Parts: sequence; C-alpha cells; structure tokens
Amino acid sequence: MTEGQEVTPAKSSAPQSKGRDQEFVLRPPVDIFEDADGIIVVAEMPGVSKNGLKVQADRNNLLIEGEVTIDMPAGMEAVYADVQSTRYMRSFALSGELETDSIDANLKDGVLTMRIPKRSEYRPRKVEVRTE
Amino acid sequence: MFGNFLTTFDPAFLADLRRLEGEMDQLLGRSPYPAGIRAVPRGTFPPINIGATPERVDVYLFAAGVDPKSIDVSIQHNLLSVSGSRKVTVNTEAEYYRRERFDGEFRRAIALPDDVDPERVEAKYRDGVLQVTVQRRQPVRPRQVEVQ
Repeated sequence: MTEGQEVTPAKSSAPQSKGRDQEFVLRPPVDIFEDADGIIVVAEMPGVSKNGLKVQADRNNLLIEGEVTIDMPAGMEAVYADVQSTRYMRSFALSGELETDSIDANLKDGVLTMRIPKRSEYRPRKVEVRTE
Repeated sequence: MFGNFLTTFDPAFLADLRRLEGEMDQLLGRSPYPAGIRAVPRGTFPPINIGATPERVDVYLFAAGVDPKSIDVSIQHNLLSVSGSRKVTVNTEAEYYRRERFDGEFRRAIALPDDVDPERVEAKYRDGVLQVTVQRRQPVRPRQVEVQ
C-alpha cells in the first residue's frame, strides 16, 4: 500500500443486495491540508478493505475509488439504509508542483491517508542568515 | 469539480444550497424508508444501515477511524444505542483547505423489531464499520396452512 499510480486493483464483487440498480456513488468526506513538505488527503471510506481500494494518480488527477464489502447473512433484507451504494469515488485535480509518483497511501479502519509530496524545488528552504 | 469553488461562497449561500438539497430529497423521495421517530438528519455521523433476516437483525454503523474501545453499545428491550467518540487530530502547523470529517462525540438510538433478544447481541468492528448483530426470539417464518 505505498507508491502512487495504481495501488491495488479494485474488486468488483460487492455482496450487497441494495444499490445494484442505481449507479450512484458515495462521496467520501475528506480533510485536506498542506504543510511544508506536501499535501495530505484524509478520506473516509468505511467498509472498504485494502483489496477494495484503488488510488490512481497521474500528473493532473488523483482518483480515489473503493468498494464496500460488509458481512451480510444470506437473504438479508434492507430495513433502513443511510448508505445506499457500495461504491465510493472522488477525484481531485492536482497541480504541477506535486510529486505524484511518490504518493504514500495508508488505509486503517476505513480511513485512507495519503501524502502527496511537493517536488523538492518547491519546498520552502530555510535560508541561513549569517551575521558578520 | 465544482466543489472547489463552492468553498469561496459565503455560508448563507451554502445554507440555502443545503436547504434546497433537502427539499430536492423530499421531492425526489430519495429515502425509500419512512422517517422514524428517532431519525436524524441526513449526513449525521455515523450513517447507519439495518438489515434483517428471519433469524437476526444486523445494524451497520459506518464509523471509520473510531477507536473500538471508545464505542459503547447497549440494548434495552429493542432499543439499541451506540455511542462513542471520534477524534480527528488537527495539524496546527498546516493550512487546511477542507475539513469535512466529523470530529467529536456521537450517539445514535435505533429501534429494532420487537422480537429481538437483547441477551444475544454481538458487535464487531472491521474496516471502519461497526456491525451489531442481534438474534431474534422466534424466526418469523411463514406458516403453511393446510387446506382440508
């Protein structure tokens, strides 16, 4: 689960009775912030395991996709559903100063944390001030 | 795509947009389920799905990044309540562009079917989903009536 570009192939097998007919996707909530070294994207995708996650980045775009897999007994009927799809998707336009080849991604308890480093020439450099 | 420049609009406009969204939801009847007396507005953390079979009822709480130790699950008769807290650590050095993730305490109360057995409840947390399984007292199976 490191490196940008194609992290894991997404599995298309989602054992979910609902949401089959409707092709709408869930938009994972995100926190995005920037520090001196890069941009950090934290996306929430509960129900997505490492196998169901796909992170794709090229020069211009970052695409996050996830397939929800939850344990369901056979013959289960939905009584109530806030979550009416099994697919998460969200994309962001990237800018040129980001090093998209070395994105670091980590998934834990349904929280995907990605660090997109800035190219070294764009990182703020400390300038030593000498005193005579 | 348009999400980016939405952040530059003023909050009043966004509130209008939310209200509009709510009205659209109603018009389109987006939720096929009748609103329960304990129902909470759309977007409340954590989202919940409930599924049932004749043998058991399963409640799924989509609560990513929660410490399982902070989750409290209790059941009284058929009323299940789940509470916990989700802490989002804020990097004070960083500049934030979006903060959409829920941060704080949560609590949800869910009325289950009347025939659930509060003595037989199991809960597990995996991949950010808390699954609470409650067995039902008697399987509600259709009874075949023989015609004499």
